[in-house]
Amino acid sequence: MDKARLRLLVNGEDREVLAPVHHTLLEVLREELGLYGTKHGCELGECGTCTVLLAGRPVLSCLTLPVECEGRAITTVEGLARDAELHPLQAAFAELGAAQCGYCTPGFLLVAEALLREKPAASRSEIAEALAGNLCRCTGYLKIFEAVELAAARMRGEAAPGPLDSARG
Amino acid sequence: MAENHEVKAADGSLTIIGRSLPKVDAAAKVTGQTVFADDLVLPRMVYAKLLRSPHPHARLRAIDVARAAAVPGVLATLVGSELPVPFGILPVSQDEHALCLDKVRFVGDPVAAVAALDEETAEAACRLIEVDYEVLPSSMSIEEALARPEARIHDYGPRGNVHKEVSFDFGDVETGFREADVVREDTFFFEGSTHLPLEQHAAVASFGPDGKLTLWSATQTPHYVHRALAKVLEMSPAHVRVIACPNGGGFGGKSDPFGHEIVACKLSMKTGRPVKITLTREEVFYCHRGRHPAKMWVKTGLKRDGTITAMHFRTALDGGAYGSYGVASLYYTGALQTVTYRVPRYKFEGFRVFTNKPPCGPKRGHGTPQPRYALECHIDRFCRDLGIDPAEWRLRNTLRPGTITANHMQVKTIGLRECLERVIESSGYREKRGRLSPGRGIAVTGSAYISGAGLPIYWNAMPHSGVQIKVDRGGGVTVFCGSTDIGQGSDSVLAYVVAEELGIRPEDIRVVTADTDLTPVDLGSYSSRVTLMTGNAAIQASRKLRALILGAAAKKLEVPVERLVAADRRISDPADASKSLRFAEAAVLAEAEHGTLGAVGSYTPPRSVAKWKGSGVGPTPTYSYTAAAVELTADRETGLVRVDKVWIAHDVGKAINPLLVIGQIEGSVYMALGEALMEEQVFRKGLHKIPSLLEYKSPTTLEMPPVESILVETLDPEGPYGAKECGQGPLLPVIPAVANALLDALGARVDEVPITPDKVVAALQGRYRPPRMPEFAYPETVRVEPLP
Repeated sequence: MDKARLRLLVNGEDREVLAPVHHTLLEVLREELGLYGTKHGCELGECGTCTVLLAGRPVLSCLTLPVECEGRAITTVEGLARDAELHPLQAAFAELGAAQCGYCTPGFLLVAEALLREKPAASRSEIAEALAGNLCRCTGYLKIFEAVELAAARMRGEAAPGPLDSARG
Repeated sequence: MAENHEVKAADGSLTIIGRSLPKVDAAAKVTGQTVFADDLVLPRMVYAKLLRSPHPHARLRAIDVARAAAVPGVLATLVGSELPVPFGILPVSQDEHALCLDKVRFVGDPVAAVAALDEETAEAACRLIEVDYEVLPSSMSIEEALARPEARIHDYGPRGNVHKEVSFDFGDVETGFREADVVREDTFFFEGSTHLPLEQHAAVASFGPDGKLTLWSATQTPHYVHRALAKVLEMSPAHVRVIACPNGGGFGGKSDPFGHEIVACKLSMKTGRPVKITLTREEVFYCHRGRHPAKMWVKTGLKRDGTITAMHFRTALDGGAYGSYGVASLYYTGALQTVTYRVPRYKFEGFRVFTNKPPCGPKRGHGTPQPRYALECHIDRFCRDLGIDPAEWRLRNTLRPGTITANHMQVKTIGLRECLERVIESSGYREKRGRLSPGRGIAVTGSAYISGAGLPIYWNAMPHSGVQIKVDRGGGVTVFCGSTDIGQGSDSVLAYVVAEELGIRPEDIRVVTADTDLTPVDLGSYSSRVTLMTGNAAIQASRKLRALILGAAAKKLEVPVERLVAADRRISDPADASKSLRFAEAAVLAEAEHGTLGAVGSYTPPRSVAKWKGSGVGPTPTYSYTAAAVELTADRETGLVRVDKVWIAHDVGKAINPLLVIGQIEGSVYMALGEALMEEQVFRKGLHKIPSLLEYKSPTTLEMPPVESILVETLDPEGPYGAKECGQGPLLPVIPAVANALLDALGARVDEVPITPDKVVAALQGRYRPPRMPEFAYPETVRVEPLP
C-alpha cells in the first residue's frame, strides 16, 4: 500500500504521519493520530458529523485529503478545551443537555466555534443556518441553539440568560 | 398535580431528584472522549467486512470463497454453513442466520464475511467471493406478499407469507355498533421509516487463549446479545461477555442481536485476533428494524354526544424479511387504543407479512405511532361529523385513573386530561381554531405509552432490572447495572437516584453499566423501561445500604437511627447540629461493623390483570400520557407544510431531571415531525431507493420549529419518586396533530404519512388516491369477556 509522509499542524501540535495515500483527513485523524473525538456518520459528506476546522473554517474531514491540509492549522474537538478547562461552547452544551448521545456533538461544536468567531452575536436564525449541514437525531436541535446562544453571551462577557425559555413545569 | 398518590420518596425533601443537573457523562461527550464501539482499538486487531446479497430474494446454490481467501492480508473467510444455528430476538421468531444459509431474503442480506489486516483488503476480498444465486420472485409490498403465497419467504407462519395473524373481540363489538347513532370508518397508511442514528453500528470481538469471548458493540440490549451469542456460537454463556458501548443514538435500531456481531466473534475465534466490524451508512439502512409500514382501518360507533359505543381496528403490517420484534410489533398496533379515551367494546384484528425488504422492528414508540396516528385522525373526522370540537371531545372522553380497559389494560395514574388542558391553554387553541388566516391550521391530540414492557422478551421469573452498589472507604460509591446509555441519560439517572438516597452528590458516584460480566442484568434500553425499572432497583439497593450506614452512625452519635438524615455528604440529626458525621466516616463505621459493604436491588413489574393469550403486550407498570398542539402553515400552490410551533405536555409522573425530560420531549417532537412530513424507507424494484443520509430526508436545523414543553407530574405509585417514561411517548401525538392541523388549514385530506407536498397538491386538486386495506381473511375471532 502506497504511503505518504505528511506534516500536519493539529491542535497546535506539529505532527508527522505516514498514511496510506488514499486516507482522508478523517481516517488520518482517527487511525494515524488516534484522535477519536472526530466521529463519522456517513463518510460521504452528508451529515456533518466529521467536521473539523481547517484554518478556522469548518470542513468535512471525510471529504478532505490530508495533503491539502499541510501547513494549515487543523482543529479537532480535542483542541477546543484549553488544558483542563472546557471551551464556553463545551460548557454550555454540557449544562443545557445539548449533547444527548454525544456522537454528533464534536461536529456541532466546531461549526459553532467558527460561527461565533465570525459573528459573536449571531442570531437564532444565523445559528440555525450555520448548523444546517450537521444532523442530530437526538435533540431536535433546540438545546443546541440554546447552548450556542448561552456560550456566545458568556464569550461576549454578558450575564448568562435566565432559565430555559422552552420549558414550563 | 393531577392526582395525589403516596410517593416513593426519600425521607425528607428531595435534593437531587427533580433538579436540572448536567448528565454525569456530559463532559466526556462534549470533549469527544466518550468511547463508542468504533473508537476501540485493540492490539493485533484486524478488520472484517460483509458481502451482502444484490438480490431481494434468491436461493443460494453455491458460495466459493477460494479467491478471497488467497488475497494477501486476508486471515479468514466465513460463510453461513459455519454458523448454522438460527437466532432472533423473540423466542417465537428464531429465523435469522448470521450469514444466510440457503436463501437471501432482501438486498443487503449478508452472505459471507472476510477478516483481513485492513478494511480495504477485506472489502476487496469480499468482491472476489463467487456466489451462485437462483433468483426467486420477490414481494415488495403487503399486497404482493399476499398475492404470491407460493413465493414463500419463510417456511413458517400460518400460510404463504403471513407471519402472524390475530383477531380478538373484547366485550362484543357488534352489540356496541347496534347501540350507536352514527358509525364512521377510515383507512390510513403509515409509511415505514428508519432510526438513522448518527453512529453506524460497530462491534469489536476478542476471543482469548483462555477460551473466553468478549464483544464490545453498539447495542441497546447487551443481555439479549449475550444470549444470542452463546446460542449461535454454541458456547457456555459463562464464557461470553458482552459490553455495550455508549450508543451514538439508538431509537430502537440497535435492539436486535445482529449477524455482524456474531460474525465478528466467529472471525475472532477463527483468527485468534480481535476483529472489528464497522458498518457503512448504506449497511445501516439494511440492518433497519425500523417502523413497520402499516395499513390501518378503524370503525367507530358513537352516540350523538360523542360517546364511543364500540371500536373495531384492523392493522396490516409490512414486516420485511425477518421476524425481529414483529410479533410484538403487531400486538402493539392493537394494544393501546383503549388506554386514552373510553372505548367500552373493542375489536382488534391484524396481520404481519414477510416481504423482501430489510426487516422492520421497534422504532421509537414501537408499533404504537401508526395506530395512534390513525386513531387521532379518525377522532377529528368523527368530531367533524358530529359537530363537536375535537379538543373538547378529547377532554370529555379521557379515562379516569384506576380504569381497566376492555382489553384488560390497567390504567393507574393518568394525566392526559391535564396535558390536554395545558396545551389547549398555552397554544391559544380556543382562540385560534377556526379563526386562523387561510392556509393556517391548528389541532390538538393525545396519546399514551408504556413505561416499560410488563413482561420480558423470553419467559422467566427473574427481575427485569438489577442494581448492585459498593462503597469504598473514602466515601465513593460505585453503582453496577446492566442498563445501556444510548444518549437518553440512563447512567445519570442511576447516579441521581443513588446520590439522593445516600445523601451524597452524583459526582461522588461511579457508574458501571452494560457489561454482562460485571453488572447485574437489566433487560435493555427498549420499551421506555429503564428509568422506572433501574430507578426502583437502585432505590431498593440504596436503602439497604443506607440502613447499614445510618445504623452505624446512630451508634457512634448515640441517637436513635430514625432521627438521622443522609444529605449533603453527611449523616446528621437535623434537630441537633452536634450529632453529625461525614458520609465517608459513617461508611467506614458501617464496614467495621458489618464487613465489606454492598447491597443489591431488583425490580420486577407487577403482574398484569390481563390473562388472555396475547396479553403479554400492552401491560406496563404505568402508562405515560402526552398531548400536543401543532400550528402550521400550508402552501396551496406548492403543497409545502411549515410547522410554526409545537406545544407539548407530557405526564412524566415525576421529572427526575427536567432538563433531560425536556431533551427527550424535544427529540421526540423532532423525530415525529420527520415521520409526519418527510421520512420514508422506500424501495424501487427490490432496491432501497435512498440508502444515504442525503437522500433519506430528515429534518435539519432549518425545519425544526419552536417547541414549548410542559411537564405534568402525576406521581405514579409504581414509579421511582413517581416517575414514568419520557423517551418515546412524546413522539406519538405529534404526527396526527400535524395531519389534523393540515386538515384544519386546507380542508385537504391526506390519509397517510409522510405528508409530502405532492400528496397535499394532489389532495387539493382532487387527485389524491387514498390508501385501501388489503383483502385478508382474518382468523377466527377469540372472544375475551370484560373483567368485572
